[in-house]
Amino acid sequence: MSLDEIRKQALSESAVLEQSKKTRILIGTGTCGRAAGAMAVLETINKELAQGKIDAVVTQVGCIGLCYIEPLVDIIKPGRPRICYSRVTPEIMTQLIQDYIINDNPRPDLALGTIGEESVPGIPKLFDHPMLKPQVRIALRNCGHIDPENVKEYVANGGYSGLDRALKMTPEEVIAEVKISGLKGRGGAGFATWQKWEFCRKAPGKEKYVICNADEGDPGAFMNRLLLEGDPHSVLEGMVIGAYGIGATQGYVYCRAEKPLAIARLRVALKQAAELGLVGKNILGSGFDFPIEIREGAGAFVCGEETALMLSIEGMRGMPKPRPPFPATAGLWGKPTNINNVETWGNVSAIFQKDANWYAGFGTKTSKGTKTFALAGKVERTGLIEVPLGITLRQIVFDIGGGVPNGKKFKAVQTGGPSGGCIPASLLDLPVDYESLTKAGSIMGSGGMIIADSDTCMVDLARYFLSFCQAESCGKCVPCREGTGQMLEILTDITEGKSKPGDIDLLLQLADGIRSGSLCALGNTSPNPVLTTIKYFRDEYEAHINEKRCPAGVCKNLISYYIDPEKCQGCLICLRNCPASAIAGDKRMIHVINPEKCIKCGVCLEVCPAKFSAVVKVSGKKPATPEKPIPVGSWGKQ
Amino acid sequence: MDVDRKEILARFTKDRANLVPILQNIQETEGYLSPEAIYEISRFLNMTGNDIYSVASFYAQFRFERQGKHTIKVCQGTACHVRGGHQILETVERELKLLPGRVTTDDYEFTLERVACFGSCALAPVMVVDSNVYGRVTTAKVKQLLAEFREK
Repeated sequence: MSLDEIRKQALSESAVLEQSKKTRILIGTGTCGRAAGAMAVLETINKELAQGKIDAVVTQVGCIGLCYIEPLVDIIKPGRPRICYSRVTPEIMTQLIQDYIINDNPRPDLALGTIGEESVPGIPKLFDHPMLKPQVRIALRNCGHIDPENVKEYVANGGYSGLDRALKMTPEEVIAEVKISGLKGRGGAGFATWQKWEFCRKAPGKEKYVICNADEGDPGAFMNRLLLEGDPHSVLEGMVIGAYGIGATQGYVYCRAEKPLAIARLRVALKQAAELGLVGKNILGSGFDFPIEIREGAGAFVCGEETALMLSIEGMRGMPKPRPPFPATAGLWGKPTNINNVETWGNVSAIFQKDANWYAGFGTKTSKGTKTFALAGKVERTGLIEVPLGITLRQIVFDIGGGVPNGKKFKAVQTGGPSGGCIPASLLDLPVDYESLTKAGSIMGSGGMIIADSDTCMVDLARYFLSFCQAESCGKCVPCREGTGQMLEILTDITEGKSKPGDIDLLLQLADGIRSGSLCALGNTSPNPVLTTIKYFRDEYEAHINEKRCPAGVCKNLISYYIDPEKCQGCLICLRNCPASAIAGDKRMIHVINPEKCIKCGVCLEVCPAKFSAVVKVSGKKPATPEKPIPVGSWGKQ
Repeated sequence: MDVDRKEILARFTKDRANLVPILQNIQETEGYLSPEAIYEISRFLNMTGNDIYSVASFYAQFRFERQGKHTIKVCQGTACHVRGGHQILETVERELKLLPGRVTTDDYEFTLERVACFGSCALAPVMVVDSNVYGRVTTAKVKQLLAEFREK
């Protein structure tokens, strides 16, 4: 079947749906949506449908990236604009069905925004939302809009037209097109995509492989998960285009097992694409063959490194190999192999569906196009965004992310995961592009951004990342295996108040050795979080070392809790919730924490009613408190 | 159990590249990789048991001990870390009365796993019980969830 015929079919299916005058309900059921309760909302909709109360077509879509106000439900009534509702609960869903679908009141009080040209009085446009307005959605173009389990919806929205166009070009022209687009690998290192393809194309060999690296393992990153869950075909289409340009004979998607929904949706997509002749043999009648297989990772972070990933596919321990030889000449099973990450492939399909010059029109001179970022941590609007490269960190954190919640102060943004660094407030106007981030001591990475506020301890954060790299070190080379272990011991001592003067210098020395001596990027970059926090937050290290004090109040050995005798009303709530039975008190008696028994779990602080706010966490000297419970109001009057 | 294992093996060719998928499939049905299972795979792929252990033990996903009825995974990713994921982990350990070094309760009701990241960072801290994902977890929510699953 030609793409024209598939498209005709797809369009006639959507026309039938439109003519049926049925209401459409789109519900975001990505992993974030599910964690926020989307499946219970879906159940409510299905129940109402089963009872015959409404007649509607329900579609499960991926995520639009507004994770902080999930679950999201869009309702499209015939002849009405599409309206998006946020933070939908089963109760709200029942109301919406009654009020809007049955009685035609769009409930502007519950709506987030409309999508499309037309508007509804009292409801803003969704894409005027501060989190969405500055975005340019290229890789994420379909996420949240189409059913990821229906290839026809992808085709109806221009899907596989890029592949159709590529197959009518010569492989050299395909690579030239990517060169014009200026696309760089979105996995972290930022190597020019066209160049990588050309190396592999020119490498001698009949069998060649193309791999999609979906082993997204950086803690704090979920760009690939969201794209695979929301629009798996855009990734598959990109892979087939790349394979055609390179002359590859077999494809693999290597996906992290901790992202089961992404794998499930990818499997469905692959099956559908194969049935329509979009992957597999004689693709779209062109005579080009390219089958794709899915491999599940088995929980090893280092397998995101390309040589380790390939060994893992071969059924070995995933331990990196020295390069050269580079995968382009000797990769999987010693054959020429090209590997790009999920987002890169998603961009490739977009470039071919439109055109390379259009793509190159976004971004900066040296960093072209867009990049997705996962915003998480201490930021008001958490979620996934896609912005043109060159935008400033301030725009991302404050305009899009809405700044730090609960009136706290912004301290730093951590980019690039365990290989990246912490960028302080003074560098917020830094443009986000490959070069500027590297200059600041961090890296672009795959796109995780964790925002830290005044309650985040930078020494603890550095220790956290290092413990991650230490645990994930494959153990093959000494600098990484032993060096990160030594650094971790020192950092642990610092956070536990056991440090010695000179520890900072020792850390810097070790970091230097690990950086230059490790075999792969996991080791080379593992000191980055420590180096950048020492560079920008040395005062916090010094407070830990010299004063045995944690300014952010995080490091357990350096903090203590007490109950403010002026504020405690003797309500017993903390006493009852304390897992260590460390709180003494009685009704209307000021409660007292026994520091010997306290395990510093923070439960008392969490449960103390906000109107009292009597539990206080301190690092350093604790003010005087009663030794044993005394009646409320009697403190200071003895 | 033996029949299932043979059925699983029959889906694959005797190619070393299938080792990881085979281990994943066996663990999926049996819950963990028993010495018997490793032995059978070694016969099938014509590899030594040592070779299989060397690969299996490299990957965090594989388990070599019997698991509890419910699996609790507590995320220790960055976003969860800065939003108190460690306290969630400690609360689970405390509530399940797990001694250091133990991951499964004595009654084989629960197994606790710490996971690097689920990628649901926007809803940190995150905890997964069996295949249900819970976001914005608090210590109070942990107690409630454990009680719910204990009855299931």
